[in-house]
Amino acid sequence: MLFFSYFKELVGREVTVELKNDLAIRGTLHSVDQYLNIKLENTRVVDQEKYPHMMSVRNCFIRGSVVRYVQLPPEGVDVELLHDATRREARGG
Amino acid sequence: MSWTGAEDVFLSTSLASYLDKKLLVLLRDGRKLLGLLRSFDQFANVVLEGACERVIVGDLYCDIQLGLYVIRGENVVLIGELDSDKEELPPHMTQVSEADIRKAQKAEKDATDLKGTMRKRMEFLDFD
Repeated sequence: MLFFSYFKELVGREVTVELKNDLAIRGTLHSVDQYLNIKLENTRVVDQEKYPHMMSVRNCFIRGSVVRYVQLPPEGVDVELLHDATRREARGG
Repeated sequence: MSWTGAEDVFLSTSLASYLDKKLLVLLRDGRKLLGLLRSFDQFANVVLEGACERVIVGDLYCDIQLGLYVIRGENVVLIGELDSDKEELPPHMTQVSEADIRKAQKAEKDATDLKGTMRKRMEFLDFD
């Protein structure tokens, strides 16, 4: 559940989601669920020329299982906090 | 599982806020389906009414009517809400008939196949 909680903290931030089919989408993180399915708002595709069919997509739902990376703003990552949370979780809660 | 209230729907990751809207569903094999979302579940299995497949080859495209589709969730990559105020495709793209798009698809496939065989034949040269 750690990364679910972590992503919930990032709601409202601008992120880039890269999918396993190489499609990269930038947008505002609207919400995330337990499967790490992601909803983005105000999306734009990084390589628009290659994906013309995505032109009019403004909001989208991305299935968690097809995500390769989520690129975050540097200030969105508190390594120290994640480190502690991981240890706490490993100890069983 | 309880049904979420109307306000929660727009805050959650569920597809409920997309119900009865025209959506673009991207599948794992690269296909693009358009249709009205009528139903879904937690696996992202979805029911599309009036579905059509949008085949794009270069600057040509064609919408092929399919009817009512139930899509198994594991094949879904992305579900996008189409902004009705925006053009769905760039203006330089032209709509052609199904026969024409199939021809274009075949030509593109033949071209990539040819490139593959050429590369194979040149492999002994051992360049990158």
